[in-house]
Amino acid sequence: MFSDYSMTELGAIFAMQGFAGLILFSVFVLMALGLAIIFGQMGVINMAHGEFMILGAYVTYLTSTAFAVYVPGLFGIYFFVAMILAFIASGLLGLFVEWAMIRHLYKRPLDTLLATWGLSLILQQVYRSVFGAREVGVSIPDWMMGSLPLTDLIEIPINGIFVMVLATGIALGVYYLMFRSAWGLQVRAISQNRVMADAVGINTAWTDRLTFAIGCGVAGVAGSAFTMIGSTGPTAGQLYIVDTFLVVVFGGTGSLLGTIASAFSISQAQSIMEFFLSGSMAKVLTLLVVVGILMIRPQGLFSLKLRK
Amino acid sequence: MTDKKIPNALAGPSRRAFMAGGAALTASLFAPKGLRAQEFPTAEVNTTGLAVTDDAVTIGILHSVTGTMAISETGSVQAEKLAISQINAQGGILGRKIEYIQEDGASDWPTFAEKARKLLVNDKVASVMGCWTSASRKAVLPVFEQHNGFLYYPTFYEGLEQSPNVIYTGQEATQQIIAGLDWVTREKGAKTFYLLGSDYIWPRTSNKIARKHIENFMEGTSVVGEEYYPLGHTQFNSVINKIRLRKPDVIYAIVVGGSNVAFYKQLKAAGIDPAEESPMVLTISVTEDEIRGIGGENIEGSYACMKYFQSLENENNLAFVKAFKEMWGEDMVIGDVTQAAYLGPWLWKAAVEKAGSFDVDKVRAASPGIEMTTAPEGYVKIHENHHLWSKTRVGRAQADGQYEVVFETADLVEPDPFPEGYQ
Repeated sequence: MFSDYSMTELGAIFAMQGFAGLILFSVFVLMALGLAIIFGQMGVINMAHGEFMILGAYVTYLTSTAFAVYVPGLFGIYFFVAMILAFIASGLLGLFVEWAMIRHLYKRPLDTLLATWGLSLILQQVYRSVFGAREVGVSIPDWMMGSLPLTDLIEIPINGIFVMVLATGIALGVYYLMFRSAWGLQVRAISQNRVMADAVGINTAWTDRLTFAIGCGVAGVAGSAFTMIGSTGPTAGQLYIVDTFLVVVFGGTGSLLGTIASAFSISQAQSIMEFFLSGSMAKVLTLLVVVGILMIRPQGLFSLKLRK
Repeated sequence: MTDKKIPNALAGPSRRAFMAGGAALTASLFAPKGLRAQEFPTAEVNTTGLAVTDDAVTIGILHSVTGTMAISETGSVQAEKLAISQINAQGGILGRKIEYIQEDGASDWPTFAEKARKLLVNDKVASVMGCWTSASRKAVLPVFEQHNGFLYYPTFYEGLEQSPNVIYTGQEATQQIIAGLDWVTREKGAKTFYLLGSDYIWPRTSNKIARKHIENFMEGTSVVGEEYYPLGHTQFNSVINKIRLRKPDVIYAIVVGGSNVAFYKQLKAAGIDPAEESPMVLTISVTEDEIRGIGGENIEGSYACMKYFQSLENENNLAFVKAFKEMWGEDMVIGDVTQAAYLGPWLWKAAVEKAGSFDVDKVRAASPGIEMTTAPEGYVKIHENHHLWSKTRVGRAQADGQYEVVFETADLVEPDPFPEGYQ
């Protein structure tokens, strides 16, 4: 397969393939962080995670339309505004959903699965009724499209770099919140022993609500970023949900580091196999390996010791 | 490869003469309504207990308006309703107004089958306009054959099917694929092809036909890669690198749904601009509908091969586009399948009038040979094999989301659902 190519060409292709793997890694991290917070820390199986992401994407669409109409001069930077708005919108919806639905189901974790799945169907139909069944086209500022030529042969997609920077930023932000803030301390205390946390005076109800909202908000930002690389439609969230759960479960629930390690290993495995095999085969093998490892190690790559 | 041509009798002056005759015939059909219905007593035009009364006939519309396929099927529903309202405005069929019962297949194949049964058994509809994916068509097929229903199916599809109970108003695969491959080889000098698709029956069968054609029916052309990605796949950077490595002249892409959007955005972002034509992108899965989601600026310069583009400049199409926008809004776009769906009610009307009856058996017998001179895509005719003779066109995607037609076959292309040498 490679005999017809010079070493420089091959080197360039492999370098670009390496970047493709890193971009996939960043996409997985962005997808999974919100869910890792909700599923990992609270044990809520949020099947509507994809729909929270798509809310962020629709907010981005609305923002881009608004900027194009009212302040076309600032269109180049609308994306940053859109991401903040996406965080707020998805976060607020998360806050509301936690209050209206999730908090009544904490003692019945399997029921949250059903309830959030219902929520995801409801949200899909709401998007369809509001924005129409067809996908909407989000215009991206010119500077974010196209590629950055590193050498004559190596070209790196700018939106890929953007996603990488964003993923790093959000991962650091979440790390800071979880391990350096009072809220993070409370969240970790609750996930380790809810009754004791309650007893020492932590407002567990409020902490839960905030945790859920922040997880949803992060999903919203991810959805906003994905308008650059994917589609924005009522059911587009479904495209991400399987991979998201795969990453979080494989990483070990409750461990943010595990989520990142898992995103890295899955993305690298997939992108390397995609290059040498066909796309569908790569996916099949990736899933097989993940299933195999989870059979041997059901708690995932990393796990925390929890008091049940 | 020999171009499949229609008999010469249909081309040239004689065809024009025929069209004039058709117009006169059409005019004579719009006599006052009351007279017409009396001329065709219900007992005579409906001997099998269909939902036909003295002043109305009921048909079914069966598409997904919820679920993942709603994105695609909405346009078909709109086109069918437009055709029905136009037919009613002209006096209906055999003096009877068309009424419709719309059912939602909900993007779920068993639901399609169940709703089809409901339409045929409970509602006794005289015909059904419906389905979009091959999976949904395959699911309803046994129901239509068991209860002797009559389905007009609008989507371009993989072929390999010919049911007595279905009229296929979209193109089967060879009609859509071969003309485009010939064109890109002849006009653009393309030699090497990279076949890419979503992983299900339509892209796989289509690429199989494309590969056979490239390898066996054209000179000096070859396939340098063939690859499938799961439906809903959103990361194409790896395959883009592979394409870079193989340096094909043409990327032949049959990617569908949300994957489509991801593919074109990432292709552009990776520095492979379709407009630069190295490599060229040729697709059979992106209509104007899909471009709305992809964004015109991301796909500009790609070529699509299908039978209809909204930008076709003939009187039929100008009138159709105008009427469609008046009914459904100025910002609507019309893709290939939407136009094919629009043909359904008209072809059924022509067949019923030719048969002088709503009975499915008589309508079926009358269908082959039915011609439609007012089709937005131009002239079409129903083949013995229940598919349509139609022209194939190549369009170049523009930033505004429309296609500029750059090529059109000289003659109608014969439908060939079971192509020899391509299987």
